[in-house]
Amino acid sequence: MSKPEFVYVTYIETTPDKLWQALTSSEFSRAYWFGTELRSDWRVGSPFALVMGGTTSDVGEILEYDPPRRLSYTFQHVLKEEFRNERPTKVVFTLEPHGKLVKLTLTHEGFGGVPELLNAISNGWPAILSSLKSLLETGNALAIPLSALGTKGV
Amino acid sequence: MILIMDDVFKALADASRRSLLDRLHARNGQTLNELCDGLDMTRQAVTKHLVILEAANLVTTIRHGREKLHYLNPVPLHEIGERWIKKFERGKLAALSELKRQLEKRDE
Repeated sequence: MSKPEFVYVTYIETTPDKLWQALTSSEFSRAYWFGTELRSDWRVGSPFALVMGGTTSDVGEILEYDPPRRLSYTFQHVLKEEFRNERPTKVVFTLEPHGKLVKLTLTHEGFGGVPELLNAISNGWPAILSSLKSLLETGNALAIPLSALGTKGV
Repeated sequence: MILIMDDVFKALADASRRSLLDRLHARNGQTLNELCDGLDMTRQAVTKHLVILEAANLVTTIRHGREKLHYLNPVPLHEIGERWIKKFERGKLAALSELKRQLEKRDE
């Protein structure tokens, strides 16, 4: 068992149910995830896709769906030629209530040896998670332009 | 915001703690032993600094088999950037539009 490449934690003043909804609905994800839609019927074994402006950027498969505690899917980039042959990586979201806060832990693991992919991921998640936190706590997502992250649409 | 902006700045206001963050940035997911390796700090000092970094949510740990691994968690730093840098940016834009208004007024 290899160790995860990334572990991110944020504490959000919300309920596990609302956070779960935000993690699994396009209505929310469009606001905090650079306009990205999440497409899946969320059954274990079902396909999963990230769609931005009608173009599918990443695909995967639902591995775990245990609301409102644990969500996991695989993740494979399909747009850029150089990443298309990489094996799928695995994302796990864990939600734990702590009083008025929910601790959200995200682990991402299973990367091959492509540093550009690691860079893109490490630029992306902190921005997405801060925006998600802001959306749930204030009703406003942070409008972070993709260009500010120094990646090109990964 | 409930979390702990003060804790983040206090945690960052120490060169030893910043160097621990740098080490995790260079290689994420280290055990305490790995983090101590080659450092000019006692194990106790490193442990103490890690507690402060964890309380500020700048470092997070997971259990991996029998090991406890430490990860750099950049999310609070991102929130600082959003809150402060964006705020200054807004100030600049406001100053520019005021300058424009004043200059254009004199032309009238």
